[in-house]
Amino acid sequence: MLRLLLAGLAILLSCLMATAEEGAIQPVLQEHREVIAKSSRKTIAPAIDAIADSGLPQAQRVLETWAAKSMWMRKSDGYFFAGEKLDSKTYQLLDFDSGEVVGTFAKKDLKQLKPNSGIRAMIGTALVRFQLLDADIAKRQAALTSIQRDPEAALLAPLRASIADEPDAGLKAQKQRLERLLTIGYDDDTAARVAAIEGMSGDLGVDVRATLNPLVAKTRGVAPGAAPQGVNIAAILTPGDDDFPEEEAYDLLVAEGFAPARVSKDEVRLALAENIEGGSVGGVPVAQLDKDETRARAYAALAAAGKVPPIVTAADVQTALAAHVFFETYAESSADVTTAAQKALDTIALKVGVNQTLDLTLDALSLASIYFLAAIGLAITFGVMGVINMAHGEFIMMGAYTGYVVQQIIPDHTVSIIVAIPLAFAVTFAAGVAMERLVIRWLYARPLETLLATFGISIALQQLAKNIFGTQARPLTAPGWLDGALVMNDVVSISYIRIAIFILALIFLGVFLFIMKRTRLGLETRAVTQNPRMAASMGINPGRVNMLTFGLGSGIAGIAGVAIGLFAKVTSELGSDYIVQSFMTVVVGGVGNIWGTLAGAAMIGFLQKGIEWLNPSNTLAAQTYMIVFIIIFIQFRPRGIIALKGRAAGD
Amino acid sequence: MQRSFIARNPSVLIFLACLALFTLMVTVLSEGLGVGMISTSFVKTLGKTLCLCLIAVAMDLIWGFTGILSLGHFAFFGLGGYMIGMWLMYERTRLIVVESLSQAEIPPTSSEVVDAIGNQIFGVVGSSEFPLIWAFADSLFLQLVLVVLVPGLLALVFGWLAFRSRVTGVYLSILTQAMTLALALYLFQNDSGLRGNNGLSGLQNLPGVEVSQDVVSLWFLWASAFALGLGYLLAAWVVSGKFGSVIRGIRDNEARVRFLGYSVEAYKLMIFTLTACIAAIAGALYYPQAGIINPAEIAPIASIYLAVWVAIGGRGRLYGAVIGAAFVSLLSTWFTGGQAPDIPLGFYTIKWVDWWLVLLGLSFVAVTLFAPKGMGGLVDLWTQRRAPNRHGADLGPDDGALREQEASE
Amino acid sequence: MSTLLEVSGVSVTFDGFRAINNLSFRIGEAELRAVIGPNGAGKTTFMDIVTGKTKPDEGRVIWGEKSVNLLKMNEAKIAQAGIGRKFQKPTVFEDQTIQENLLMALKKPRGWLPVLSYRATAGDLDKVAELAREIGLLDELPRKSGELSHGQKQWLEIGMLLAQEPRLLLVDEPAAGMTPQEREHTTDLLLEAAKTRAVVVVEHDMEFVRRLNCKVTVLHEGSVLAEGSLDHVTSNQEVIDVYLGR
Repeated sequence: MLRLLLAGLAILLSCLMATAEEGAIQPVLQEHREVIAKSSRKTIAPAIDAIADSGLPQAQRVLETWAAKSMWMRKSDGYFFAGEKLDSKTYQLLDFDSGEVVGTFAKKDLKQLKPNSGIRAMIGTALVRFQLLDADIAKRQAALTSIQRDPEAALLAPLRASIADEPDAGLKAQKQRLERLLTIGYDDDTAARVAAIEGMSGDLGVDVRATLNPLVAKTRGVAPGAAPQGVNIAAILTPGDDDFPEEEAYDLLVAEGFAPARVSKDEVRLALAENIEGGSVGGVPVAQLDKDETRARAYAALAAAGKVPPIVTAADVQTALAAHVFFETYAESSADVTTAAQKALDTIALKVGVNQTLDLTLDALSLASIYFLAAIGLAITFGVMGVINMAHGEFIMMGAYTGYVVQQIIPDHTVSIIVAIPLAFAVTFAAGVAMERLVIRWLYARPLETLLATFGISIALQQLAKNIFGTQARPLTAPGWLDGALVMNDVVSISYIRIAIFILALIFLGVFLFIMKRTRLGLETRAVTQNPRMAASMGINPGRVNMLTFGLGSGIAGIAGVAIGLFAKVTSELGSDYIVQSFMTVVVGGVGNIWGTLAGAAMIGFLQKGIEWLNPSNTLAAQTYMIVFIIIFIQFRPRGIIALKGRAAGD
Repeated sequence: MQRSFIARNPSVLIFLACLALFTLMVTVLSEGLGVGMISTSFVKTLGKTLCLCLIAVAMDLIWGFTGILSLGHFAFFGLGGYMIGMWLMYERTRLIVVESLSQAEIPPTSSEVVDAIGNQIFGVVGSSEFPLIWAFADSLFLQLVLVVLVPGLLALVFGWLAFRSRVTGVYLSILTQAMTLALALYLFQNDSGLRGNNGLSGLQNLPGVEVSQDVVSLWFLWASAFALGLGYLLAAWVVSGKFGSVIRGIRDNEARVRFLGYSVEAYKLMIFTLTACIAAIAGALYYPQAGIINPAEIAPIASIYLAVWVAIGGRGRLYGAVIGAAFVSLLSTWFTGGQAPDIPLGFYTIKWVDWWLVLLGLSFVAVTLFAPKGMGGLVDLWTQRRAPNRHGADLGPDDGALREQEASE
Repeated sequence: MSTLLEVSGVSVTFDGFRAINNLSFRIGEAELRAVIGPNGAGKTTFMDIVTGKTKPDEGRVIWGEKSVNLLKMNEAKIAQAGIGRKFQKPTVFEDQTIQENLLMALKKPRGWLPVLSYRATAGDLDKVAELAREIGLLDELPRKSGELSHGQKQWLEIGMLLAQEPRLLLVDEPAAGMTPQEREHTTDLLLEAAKTRAVVVVEHDMEFVRRLNCKVTVLHEGSVLAEGSLDHVTSNQEVIDVYLGR
């Protein structure tokens, strides 16, 4: 506190001293009256610098007034004042130095200074140094942001000067970081720059890479004979290398004017067409010009006659290439800096790679939990009961639409989601039970017929949804607290919705395990699965168990629908987008085992993300390759990752 | 066993006669060569329906007779269409390009012609280079060979992988569905070399043929009818002899066939590949009549519809498949084409364009539950054949085995 | 007597349960053998291993004079090599006629190409008729086999086995669910068959085994407990303890 007080005192003192020496800013302004009044971007710089460097406390106000187009010049003596409008014709002028009202003047006696946008930008830059010291923390923050956006050599010194007195710790850290970045870019001292670069090496921030990358940006150049001296050469290139084919090398020669341009086939054709004389070109009849050889002959004849530039032959290209040296130069002239920057970038790239892997893993994990959510209901109906339910996707869709309808009635997103989840379960549970009673019960042990019958239900449900809700996508909005993402650094981030879905998947796994291992229904389900006749004779009603199990599987699909609807669009095709992947998950994982489904979902999720990473532009291709991979995978593990063995597998 | 093939299968003769009669009638009533009672677009619809009947016959062979519920046969259908479409598109574009380039002062070189065709065809996907798969597109003969070869090879490789690892029943169905999905997704990409989701278009124009579409549509109708007749005959011959016995045995009890010493995998692979080739031929005849083919055509849903047709017609009997495909696809055209009258209920008007799929889905469930014989069961009523009373047991333990009600005495 | 099939040191485990435990078994040409044992003794699994349905964890299965390793072959190859199998439940192709069933089983090339072009010759039809007469189904030839009675289906399956002309017949509980007269006929069929080939009969019914009048192998917990004539094994104390005593 004492130090702060002392620092403030020191500033005050220096100001007083400055005032004592020169006192007012008006003389400074008068010194540059002409350029200020002329207001040309080309000539204004010294005036702004003079004001900013005057060290006067009024300088900030002058610049601000100027930038706000509120500075006026009194025509009578050329003095500058801050003007305030009284009415359309009269203005009140205030003195910059004293801050007092000078008087009221008619508009015709005054000249308003209207700096254009270029000048305003320059004033803005000059102002930054004042704003960095401003008492208002918001203004200091704004000044920092402005420097980040638009770094400039001139800002380095004021930024440095402002660090020591920065009272806010967070802002101080920001200022220090920015100072390092500006040092890398603009410091005069190479050693300081290298030190700054080494200090920032391994930092994942995008700003660091944005600062370093321009330093190591390379441009290709060519020179006859030997490489030029005095430039920072990155590498000498050999034409014909993989990343520097001869074509490109020659193009560079042409662009630099060291060699004549090649004559393209189109140019040959145009030249021939221009030089048709009496049905032939260069002695070759036009009708014969439908072959490259005859065209070449005709063109050669034209070239010999001097009518067209001669064709550049492969030999010409070789000679030209051999006579020149090709190289890459850095824009930055100091080799020490570029070496350090390159090294730092390499370190960063390695760290970015590690972090990207982490990010990819998180992505894959979230995709896997989506697949798991979509597939778990199917794992119950297909895995435990051996019933193929092609309408499973439509149950997911029903869940999502239930969520949408609930949101229409209950506007609060948090409450509506809490209501929607049990309601979606209830709706799809009922639908599942109805389907089991009406259709599937009659088709047990006929899996292929079940598949087709449930497919019939699937298309009917899908069309029904279309008829009710229309074809356009319906929104299912997540509550506000699920917006945004958990950001770990500039590379790794994961949205809260995905985290929520991951947690939901874990809950489902727990609930499923609990039901199967700890409840009566689970026991009966397992009994019916393993031996329906035995179970029946022990007093278990297989019909009831099947019905409840099927309802459970369908109900979970409904909840999954709400979860999926939160980040995907709710359409009637929502379910069919997930059905094949869900089947894949169950089949790959191994039927009749929840851990298998988990493993299947993980494998498919990771695989899809992995392939997308290898071929990032193309998710379609990724899906194609994934399915092909699964088909091949089935070859080696026909019963999935976690397979039941022996008689239970039902050979 | 000593009687001739036709004598043992009178239904084949009846079918061929009906088909011939149908073709003749359409020709007489058509705009192109007849009295003009049937519009050209409807002739095309009928021609396309015949192609669908042909792929339904293939589906019946693989599902009804061998018990493999393939949900991927439209992949082969589509591939066949793509193969013939490549030639049609290439050749037609070539004629146009040659025509326009001949206006230039200098005659074009052959590579200029090819470049210009490439520009025309692949401009929509931002490319102008011919992908490798178009290497034979300039030869009708080679593309016709590819119509059978490419889907056949795909079926051979896929089938070999699938059957070798003894994937059966529902697993196989899902695997075939995955195959067709993978193919569709692949073709949807712009760099697949087949124009991505634009597909191939303008296929209805036969290059170098000056005759109007009225007549061309009839040619295709004849070709489709001929192919259907031939395919039907082939299928009937395949299922009639000992081979038919074996594949029906595979359908009802695969393990037993294996213990008899038959290599079940080889039989499955053979029938899978054969039906893929038939499907491809059907596709190659279908798409020139449709005029356009794009990857959406081979989405998994199409293949499931195929199973629906066969089931509604009655699986395990070839004429059932044909009747089912013709009936459902024509009905579907009628309903979705907006020709069916709306039903006003006072508070709501049922528009069939919207409700047809609901009706189809539900009636499909009803057929599976209550009439497993499908429409073929009507024929049994007429010939007074009954289902055997087997107290609710199927005819074999396998997933694809016939149900009690499906068999006839 | 030369050895036709030799199973030695075979073990197989299902989920930790040892269904077959170090089993060894041999049978010669033209021999009739009955295999008995309580439930879960591994009788069916033993047949599964010989016919290639189940792959054992260890052990060897050697076949014929050329000592072929059966473990390297699939079911179809093993069947073609000359091992026929009859299942516990009659499994015939119910949607097909008895004639079609027998024709399918008849010893002919099994590849799809010859089968596709196969047309039954008069000789084949005669052979089928002869077999049908043997199993008492001559009049039923054009009927669908699904309509036959349980016993008739068992005979049809035996007929199909004979049509395969195997060198080794594996028969799983052929007499189950048969009337006494039917059993007698079945016994005759098996005794007749065993004159020209090896026959292994798995059976529960002691009376039926006695009537076969052959060497008996007793299986227990996946391995051979005793072997010899029926009287010999039934007097064995161990056998009485695990099987007969219960």
